Amino acid sequence: MTSAKIWRKMPEYYELVGKECEKCGALFFPARPICKKCGSSKLQDHKLEGQGVIKTFTIIRTPIAGDDVLEKIICEIPYALAIVQLSEGPCLTAQIVDCEADEVVIGKNVEVVFRKVFESGRKGAICYGYKFRLSE
Amino acid sequence: MRDVAVIGVGATKFGQLWDNGLQDLATSAINLSLNDARISRDSVQSLYVGSMSGGLFSSQEHLGSLFADWAGLKNVPATRVEGACASGGLALRQAYIDVASGMHDVVVVVGAEKMTDISGAAVTRALSTAASYENEAVFGATFPGLYAMIARMHMEKFGTTEEQMALVAVKNHQNALSNPYAQFHRQITMEDVLRSTKLADPIKLLDASPISDGAAALILVSKDYAQKNSVEPVWIAGSGCATDTISLHDRDDMLTLKATVLAAKQAYQQAGVGPGDVQIAEVHDCFTIAELLAIEDLGFVEKGKSGPFVQAGNTDITGKIPINVSGGLKAKGHPIGATGVMQAVEIVSILSGRTKGKCINAEIGLTHNIGGSGGTAVVHIFKK
Amino acid sequence: MAGIVGWGCYIPRNRIRVEEVANSSSADAEKIKSGLKVIEKSVPGIDEDTITISVEAARNAIKVAGIKPDTLDALYIGSESHPYAVKPTGTVLAEALGVGNKYTTADFEFACKAGTAAIQVGLAWIKSGMAKLVLVGGCDTAQASPGDPLEYTAAAGGAVFILGLDNVVAQINHTVSFTSDTPDFWRREHEKYPSHAGAFTGQPAYYKHIINATKMLLGEVGKSSDDYDYVVFHQPNGKFPERVAKVLGFTKKQYAPGLLVDRIGNTYSGASMLGLSAVLDVAKPGESILVTSYGSGAGSDSFDIVVTDEIEKVRSRARTVESYIQNKIYISYTDYLKNTGVLE
Repeated sequence: MTSAKIWRKMPEYYELVGKECEKCGALFFPARPICKKCGSSKLQDHKLEGQGVIKTFTIIRTPIAGDDVLEKIICEIPYALAIVQLSEGPCLTAQIVDCEADEVVIGKNVEVVFRKVFESGRKGAICYGYKFRLSE
Repeated sequence: MRDVAVIGVGATKFGQLWDNGLQDLATSAINLSLNDARISRDSVQSLYVGSMSGGLFSSQEHLGSLFADWAGLKNVPATRVEGACASGGLALRQAYIDVASGMHDVVVVVGAEKMTDISGAAVTRALSTAASYENEAVFGATFPGLYAMIARMHMEKFGTTEEQMALVAVKNHQNALSNPYAQFHRQITMEDVLRSTKLADPIKLLDASPISDGAAALILVSKDYAQKNSVEPVWIAGSGCATDTISLHDRDDMLTLKATVLAAKQAYQQAGVGPGDVQIAEVHDCFTIAELLAIEDLGFVEKGKSGPFVQAGNTDITGKIPINVSGGLKAKGHPIGATGVMQAVEIVSILSGRTKGKCINAEIGLTHNIGGSGGTAVVHIFKK
Repeated sequence: MAGIVGWGCYIPRNRIRVEEVANSSSADAEKIKSGLKVIEKSVPGIDEDTITISVEAARNAIKVAGIKPDTLDALYIGSESHPYAVKPTGTVLAEALGVGNKYTTADFEFACKAGTAAIQVGLAWIKSGMAKLVLVGGCDTAQASPGDPLEYTAAAGGAVFILGLDNVVAQINHTVSFTSDTPDFWRREHEKYPSHAGAFTGQPAYYKHIINATKMLLGEVGKSSDDYDYVVFHQPNGKFPERVAKVLGFTKKQYAPGLLVDRIGNTYSGASMLGLSAVLDVAKPGESILVTSYGSGAGSDSFDIVVTDEIEKVRSRARTVESYIQNKIYISYTDYLKNTGVLE
């Protein structure tokens, strides 16, 4: 991913900024230009809290390999990938970190953490963003 | 809308085809389909190409021009169509619309993909562009990972088991034994599947379709042309297409590929048939769980009941509704853009009797092609 | 009176025991443990670095301070392991916190005292009236060459303080520094690991600067070691701070609450800062704290701090140092090498 693209994604990756439809109140993550529910284009930024629940998950044992040119995904191997339903409603896909594979269970509560997501090799920019860990 | 017939089919073998580059494969399939239809190159009025990514796999775009050029289809209008793994099905649909609308009378559709010229890591990355790159792939979502998350939900909600998923792979390998085009001619057992390398729990290596090279082509003509040229047609009775959210996490119900349901509904309606009338189907088994979802979403079995349905042998070649008698993506191979067209080659071959000895009484067949984790679905219904 | 308005920390959950490191070179683990008075150290996760550590520590500090991030006027993070040689930790941190665009930042480096140097500068912003709120931190993912004795102690973690004038929980009454050009420990540009001058890092370096800075501070505020409830010294291992405490007349009761090195190792720019955070987690209103950091190269920053009544109101708003120390899993030497980038 190029610098410009990473820069555009910062509000979303760093602070879970999505959109709220001014017309019907629907919330989206990530931001999109048209309300999925009512079609309005009057949307405002909405920062999500970062609390959620595991909806489904898998333990990935063969990641996307990268090199100095392509994005190098930064993760343990194996790693847990989950679809997290945020408390406000929207769902997203993210790694579950700081736990063993057998601790990842559908229905457990999770909280967002700020981690390295990928880097474009040793010389490239580091892309930081959201991952989740089990919350007490 | 005019009636459209398929009068020619052609395909290369699927597999690791080191001697052939992308345009070689496409040309081969086109030539075979022209010979099969017994029409000359000059009769072709339009070309549609289904290919996911000539750019990422072969550093080559502009495939319409390239394939028309290489296949001797001089100056013919050519369009490359892309919908990730549904590229072939979408190209078929565009070709169908071209004839049905009256724009052209004789149209070729070719699906082709050359996946083995780049490293495995580069292939995985190329495939990940079928998902949301920015919100799924860079966070570590691989395709086995996405389908594994669907599988886990299916297992949690409906009690589907890894054994039931494995049976899909066993059946498809068994079916491929008699398919000369198939990448694998190897019987496997349920044990083999369950013990194979874990990719993304619960999906294992033998639950997953392989990386393949290959091409397939069809000749589509108008009813008038078919009648004037005394050929034995198979009719495209229905064509349906729908999209859904690109990201799996944005779906209304992650256990139903809504795009399949909507595309199938359109196709059934146009063809004037229901799921119960379909006698044979080629569905998109990129992973074994995908075949289970497909037979549910196409209406062959109730949502959630696909596991027991398969276990009882209903989708075997001798079963109630034979699914993937070609071997499916799993055993036949999955050169991405070729798949959607190859499924049609298979159904047309069976309905027309080109394939001897398999499902000889079938008169109505269905093809089902998916892009990504369900972002696009294309369904076609064929009638003898 | 200017001082600390909020504090927060982060320590990664991976730990490697001295035995695990010692076994890799067939060294005598028991001797090392008793010599260094360290039993295990923290190791960053594969997706953690000084920036991610400072973000979590800062988010905790902001919760405690109860402020809005966009009211911060300046941010300064001190570290020996800023992820970029050029491109400051401060801007990624500010973006992640939602500070907006109206702030200033630059990264700090002075070996293990980069964080306390940032405190001094931040304090000056506040006292001068040029800023209302400043965020300062010391965070590190320290590197040590395999086989070097530093391997037993070079650790990861950090602490962040929000400095201001209102709702101060700990007043910083006075600060003074003793600094010199002393080549005891350094890392040249493009080198992966630091070099050090062995025994020279003791008397002429650590002890000289800490003793001088502390004595200068005590002289300037007119106090003696008895007047403090707590003392925090830089802690490269468990022995040095105990010895310097003795020389300066401080007791175990005073230095124990802020001494973390035995269980998490030396978090470099985070060390004195984490020690102070741990003290703030338990200190009562009216209690006094003396902090003297040490950074190789070399210098010591000494601080006279008094806790206010405000501290009780905010204490439970974020996780304590102890909660991060207790949340741990042990990893192997191989995983330690992978996580610290030795094995690519």
